[in-house]
Amino acid sequence: MDRNYIVLTTNPGKVTLADVPVLDYAFFQSVVDDLLANPSNHCLAYYAIPFPDYYKFICCIGCDETHSIAVFCHHLPLKTGNELDSLTIRHFPLHVFEREIHEQYGIGFSGHPWLKPVRFPTGSSEMDRYPFYAIESEELHEVGVGPIHAGIIEPGYFRFICNGEKVLHLEIQLGYQHRGIERLFVEKKHLLQKAVLAENICGDTAVGHTLCHVGLIEVLGEITSADGLFLERNIALELERIAIHIGDTAALCTDIAYQFGQVVNEALRTIVINTMQCWCGNRFGKGLIRPGGSYYPLTSEISQTISINLKEVLERYLQITSRIFSMPSVLSRFEGTGKLSSKQAALLGAVGMVARSSGISRDIRWSHPLPGMDHVESSPVILHKGDVWSRAMMRKIEVEKAVSRINQMLGQLTGDYHQVPSYDIVLQPSSLAISLTEGWRGEICHTAITDEKGQIMHYKIKDPSFHNWMALALAVRDQEISDFPLCNKSFNLSYCGNDI
Amino acid sequence: MFLDELKIFYRHGRQYVPDVTAVGLTPLFRGRPVICRGITPEEVSRVVELCPVKAILLSPFRIDLGKCVFCKECHFALPEKIIFSNDYKIASNIRENLIITEGDDHLIQLDPEKVRKEIRSIFKHALKLRQVSAGGDNSVEMELNAAGNVNFDMGRYGIEFVASPRHADGIVITGPITQNMAAALQICYDAIPDPKVIILAGTDAISGGIFKDSTALNREFLQSHHIDLYVPGNPPHPLTFINGVLEMIGRKQ
Ligand code: SF4
Repeated sequence: MDRNYIVLTTNPGKVTLADVPVLDYAFFQSVVDDLLANPSNHCLAYYAIPFPDYYKFICCIGCDETHSIAVFCHHLPLKTGNELDSLTIRHFPLHVFEREIHEQYGIGFSGHPWLKPVRFPTGSSEMDRYPFYAIESEELHEVGVGPIHAGIIEPGYFRFICNGEKVLHLEIQLGYQHRGIERLFVEKKHLLQKAVLAENICGDTAVGHTLCHVGLIEVLGEITSADGLFLERNIALELERIAIHIGDTAALCTDIAYQFGQVVNEALRTIVINTMQCWCGNRFGKGLIRPGGSYYPLTSEISQTISINLKEVLERYLQITSRIFSMPSVLSRFEGTGKLSSKQAALLGAVGMVARSSGISRDIRWSHPLPGMDHVESSPVILHKGDVWSRAMMRKIEVEKAVSRINQMLGQLTGDYHQVPSYDIVLQPSSLAISLTEGWRGEICHTAITDEKGQIMHYKIKDPSFHNWMALALAVRDQEISDFPLCNKSFNLSYCGNDI
Repeated sequence: MFLDELKIFYRHGRQYVPDVTAVGLTPLFRGRPVICRGITPEEVSRVVELCPVKAILLSPFRIDLGKCVFCKECHFALPEKIIFSNDYKIASNIRENLIITEGDDHLIQLDPEKVRKEIRSIFKHALKLRQVSAGGDNSVEMELNAAGNVNFDMGRYGIEFVASPRHADGIVITGPITQNMAAALQICYDAIPDPKVIILAGTDAISGGIFKDSTALNREFLQSHHIDLYVPGNPPHPLTFINGVLEMIGRKQ
């Protein structure tokens, strides 16, 4: 153990809470400075927990190169009018973590340039009082859209400041979907309840979030599962990725009025989610991932169905995407639209597919592989232009890679194990655990702290959207406002994942 | 170029489900449960304790599909006695009809007498719906989108989702209804011209689901409005939704 921080070398990982070094804030800041000076390190989680007489601020920084996680903390006395120097000025990716802490506990961050609400956890009476940025000008106009949008889509409010048809600035107000999930994770004691909560955090990423959650429970319970179980779960994770990416390809076609591309991809997505249903009875994989085991073993019959269906889907997907990416009328809408430069992406701490489309190598499957994944190919796909084209192309390449990963994993399954779920896992007391999963959007991070009886006393959820919403707001600057739906779709961020 | 498209078209083939009322879903699909009689008191207390959302009611033993999140754990605990069939036609206009009692093995019904007259006289051949997600987890929303896709093609019955509440004949609510969406939901509903229907899609909307006890919800809207259709599921299958709506508007007896 380093004296500044404790290093976790596994994902998921666990420490005894008392072993996490408590630094004074000035020193804490310098440790953050040192760690984040290395571009292959990034902040996974930074949040506060109220204890009887102080707030504990926990910071987890992931190091991609050494596949490890540095954990350290600082304390702040529990009193009103608390204020800290903001770290955001030096490390912009922390902006959203500090905003979240500020919103939850009223702690000030002096010098924070954008201390705005994240999700309004305290209730609707404040929804009308979001402090939108405004510019006094006769030439500019504002366009407000939402919270309900023209489609079957989750709610969020978008306020554009436009110069003619061009977007000068976009600000996104979220929080409409806030369901108080983190508190429910503490209040609902049964591990099955927690698993069901996890799969409803964000239904389009049911596998990703539940996988992240059960990793946390298993590491806290010091359970080691068979490699086969890990393989099965990761097959489900990639299946989820394939389904969503193909669905997004369809939706991108919809937004540029290329109906043929839309319907062909829609039909392909159906095959993939029906394959999931054939495995576990639910098209989104709900019910499949459980702590300690699964009720839906991947039998050789289902393995075969998966590989046959994926072969068919991939062939047809490559046919249609080669058509999509060679049509001038498609390319003219995709290329150069909604650009997020690599510098912007780095500055914002963008994660997942969005970051990788802007030249940033960030992929938990590669940097912090899950147990049992050592022999599965995991090099990240990186594209550089950061426009709608890159994010669309990213999906195409990731679908191809995910199919080959699944085939590789299916080949490694020996099928000679079966573990059923267990809901009476005893969690280690007074511990902190962190779990990371690369869902289809990107990095999902769950952290939990147990009390001295081994009950979860604090739970923290981070969906990749938490970082990436700001990236969308920047990407649409200087774009035609009519291209907003296309840009938005190319990011496909989660409202409920942010609002939790 | 054109040839490429033809090739793709050929492999795409016919996608739509010809008869949405008679699809054989995979046997593993978690639809309407069937509960055998004779569950012992020990077994009862085991599954009551296990059920994550208190969807199991007692004397007699019942499962409330309006609360159930279809995790199927009660089946895994009592595999011989609680069996989930793949019957996806589980929507009803009567809340109580979503409750399955031990020994029952009949289809979940709509009560045609209780469907408001104007629904069948006005919307039978065209029903335009506005969807409002109020804390929905996006799986229900995706299934509602899928109801209109090339496979399920709900549009063939004149049932469609529209952008503006002004163009809508009713509202489909998903999610447990968060405090932060309560006002927007009311505004949207008010903007729909009369007569209008209200459909609750998904367990979260019907009962709050796993979020039921959260203080971040505000479900008052439901207390002051008549609900025309309950569509259970986590999320409801597109076929569950389509069949429920078809029955409600009187297109299917
Ligand atoms: S399937 Fe429904 S009734 Fe059975 S345990 Fe799950 S939620 Fe409860």
